[in-house]
Amino acid sequence: MRRGLEGPAPEERPTPAGRRNEQGIRIDPEVEATHEPRRTVISALVEHEPGVLSDVSGLFSRRQFNIESLTVGPTTNDDRARITVVVEEPDPGIDQIKKQLRKLVPVISVRELEPDAMQRELALIKVDADDPAQVNAVADMYDATTVDSSPETATFEITGARQKIEAAIETFGQFGVREISRTGTTALARGTEETAAALSATESATEQTKTQQEYPADDD
Amino acid sequence: MSERAAKVTPADTDEQHDEQITDSAAPDAAQEVDGDADADGESEPTPVTTGAESVVRALENAGVEYAFGVQGGAIMPVYDALYDSEIYHVTMAHEQGASHAADAYGVVSGEPGVCLATSGPGATNLVTGIADADMDSDPMIALTGQVPTAFVGNDAFQETDTTGVTTPVTKDNTFASDPDRVGTDVSEAFALAREGRPGPTLVDLPKDVTKSETDREPDEPTVPDTYEVQERADEEIVEAAAERIETSERPAMLLGGGVIKGEASEACREFAIEHEIPVITTMPGIGSFPEDHELSMEMAGMHGTGYANMAITHCDTMIAVGTRFDDRLTGGIETFAPDAEIIHVDIDPAEISKNIHADYPLIGDAETVVQQLQEAIENSPQAKKWRAQCQQWKSDYSMAYDAPEDEPLQPQFVVEALDEATDDDTIVTTGVGQHQMWACQYWTYTEPRTWVSSHGLGTMGYGLPAAIGARLAADDDQDVVCFDGDGSFLMTLQELSVAVRENLDITVAVLNNEYIGMVRQWQDAFFEGRHSASDYGWMPEFDKLAEAFGAAGFRIDDYDEVADTIDEALAYDGPSVIDVHIDPQANVYPMVPSGGDNGQFALTEDQL
Ligand SMILES: Cc1ncc(C[n+]2csc(CCOP(=O)(O)OP(=O)(O)O)c2C)c(N)n1
Repeated sequence: MRRGLEGPAPEERPTPAGRRNEQGIRIDPEVEATHEPRRTVISALVEHEPGVLSDVSGLFSRRQFNIESLTVGPTTNDDRARITVVVEEPDPGIDQIKKQLRKLVPVISVRELEPDAMQRELALIKVDADDPAQVNAVADMYDATTVDSSPETATFEITGARQKIEAAIETFGQFGVREISRTGTTALARGTEETAAALSATESATEQTKTQQEYPADDD
Repeated sequence: MSERAAKVTPADTDEQHDEQITDSAAPDAAQEVDGDADADGESEPTPVTTGAESVVRALENAGVEYAFGVQGGAIMPVYDALYDSEIYHVTMAHEQGASHAADAYGVVSGEPGVCLATSGPGATNLVTGIADADMDSDPMIALTGQVPTAFVGNDAFQETDTTGVTTPVTKDNTFASDPDRVGTDVSEAFALAREGRPGPTLVDLPKDVTKSETDREPDEPTVPDTYEVQERADEEIVEAAAERIETSERPAMLLGGGVIKGEASEACREFAIEHEIPVITTMPGIGSFPEDHELSMEMAGMHGTGYANMAITHCDTMIAVGTRFDDRLTGGIETFAPDAEIIHVDIDPAEISKNIHADYPLIGDAETVVQQLQEAIENSPQAKKWRAQCQQWKSDYSMAYDAPEDEPLQPQFVVEALDEATDDDTIVTTGVGQHQMWACQYWTYTEPRTWVSSHGLGTMGYGLPAAIGARLAADDDQDVVCFDGDGSFLMTLQELSVAVRENLDITVAVLNNEYIGMVRQWQDAFFEGRHSASDYGWMPEFDKLAEAFGAAGFRIDDYDEVADTIDEALAYDGPSVIDVHIDPQANVYPMVPSGGDNGQFALTEDQL
């Protein structure tokens, strides 16, 4: 009704002492704890079927998750593909990504890799070849292979961790980089550890509950 | 008709089928018992001969009784197969109506509602209702016609990338590419719509696939292997949560739509009553706990009761079941239940700590987990003082409203009058706006599956088609009442033709303020009363409009007409519309502005 309702006005009401941060975590009003974004690799084993890549990429854009790269490729099983995503998000965001991915029906399993996981990327770098000797010296430095050369250009293939590729691109910069094309990171877990295997959703859900509990309201 | 699609002869795909037939254990039941069936003289289903027949067979196997839709070129083979089926098809006036009717059918019955549409505009018209079902986790299956496979990607007549368009608003969708599998695709979609956290699924059906010959019976409706649902929560966390509840001084339960979908209302009720814990609901959670119970604090959130918002703000332990902590519920995150440790029960792991951090994440089926908690608790919390506080808030922030006889009719009075004139099991559907909020606030809900509304998407026009779907899912002796706004009603009122044709006994009360009322209220509060595009200033006479459709039309202007007119409309056996002219300036309170502090809800405009 136009007049509204009766009752104590807002300023007459008791107010609770606590607060939550942006991520919905209860905080000590004194120590404002927020999670900083971190870079991590998430590997997903998916059904190799049409639409699964768009399901996954659509999920990232729709939910505004920050991704650095997304790669997809076949596995030893023809019916399966592996998607490797590099993301940069705070912990709760990374957790959401994993859970939202698991929710997609064609997704079989999802895992966040350890920081020491094997991560590789391939880049093609086309540079001006005015000074072939110098260019080749740089190429040697980064174990680059020559893929193509013309009187004016040389194109190298470099494989390695992202940092190495970035360093190479920077060093090649002195000759003039004409074009580059990068694949984005692909990754596997080390040793006998499985990357993202066909583990059951129940297990993964339990694994999740455990991680959930590990978030302290404030890191100590 | 220039449907190029209709003229296309399906590519001969037989060879392909033969290859794709696998020896999977398809329960070709109908085929196996075929011989005996004739001998018994029983009407065993005839074996399927086409993709379309296997689609319909899949629906029959799943126990589908009703389907809502509109015909069209690309879906014609499916309709042709429906012609011989026991499934009753309700032709709607608009595909949006079909999707809302199917959605409401799913809400009331708990089984996926079925809607059908042709390709292109038929499919895109369904999208609003699909998105609505997705936001509210309502079980629903949409079957859309598609241009023949050979034309897909060529911008053929009435071609839309339906799976592409609906990916973000479905739980899962499939483009059916194989006549031998199309029935199973539908079975699987049906199972997926219902299992775990329910939601809408869609199967896109190219015309050549449904027209093609096949004798493959669909598999039983089961979810794909990759879809697993956790039933029971981690026992350790259950124990820890139970301990927390036992020692809590200010416990509260927050029941969401998941309680109703998970059939956990009974378990939650027992839990709350045994341990004397005050109960708050979300909007979709309305009906999960009887609002006439002493422990009920009713709905919290933007237009929740003051006492619910006080309880939510001051509790120290929240047992939240089947809720996704939508922003209309939480208000500003910083001030949401800031003293509370949260026990979050949800079947969808992705809802845990999405918006509000869960201190005790309990993933599993709502009923199972609440029973787990019940078993783990040894002593009820000692919360006498808190309960007294909650009762105090109920009287401090009473929802009592002013309704002077000499002033225009107040909408709350109309809602209460209809509630009084009907039984407790009456189903209420609504449009979106002020009238929807009054229907939440002033109707006393006591049973699950009696509140049918568009919560997450907030779709104006939901009310009437939802009443149609609800009517067909409800028991014959249940009343179905739709509260609509004048604006919302105008969006889908053509569905009145369906209600009349099918002789559906529903009562529509249009709370007519000749305004886009909720917008007008916000403009008054936040835009200096500048009524940009919110003042209709003129509305058709809805009672006469109803009569033109063949429904019964009534009109109310004053308090003294309310009771009698309502009785007459309810007594009418068929659809009736009451055009209720309410105070155009009536506003919805309490109100927590977007992102505001729940505890600081406004009771009047100057408190905003
Ligand atoms: C399809 C759709 N369009 C626009 C809106 C935005 N909107 C929310 S409430 C509202 C006003 C609804 O007016 P009416 O149905 O007359 O109900 P009232 O608020 O007057 O009760 C509008 C336009 C919406 N929710 N849905």
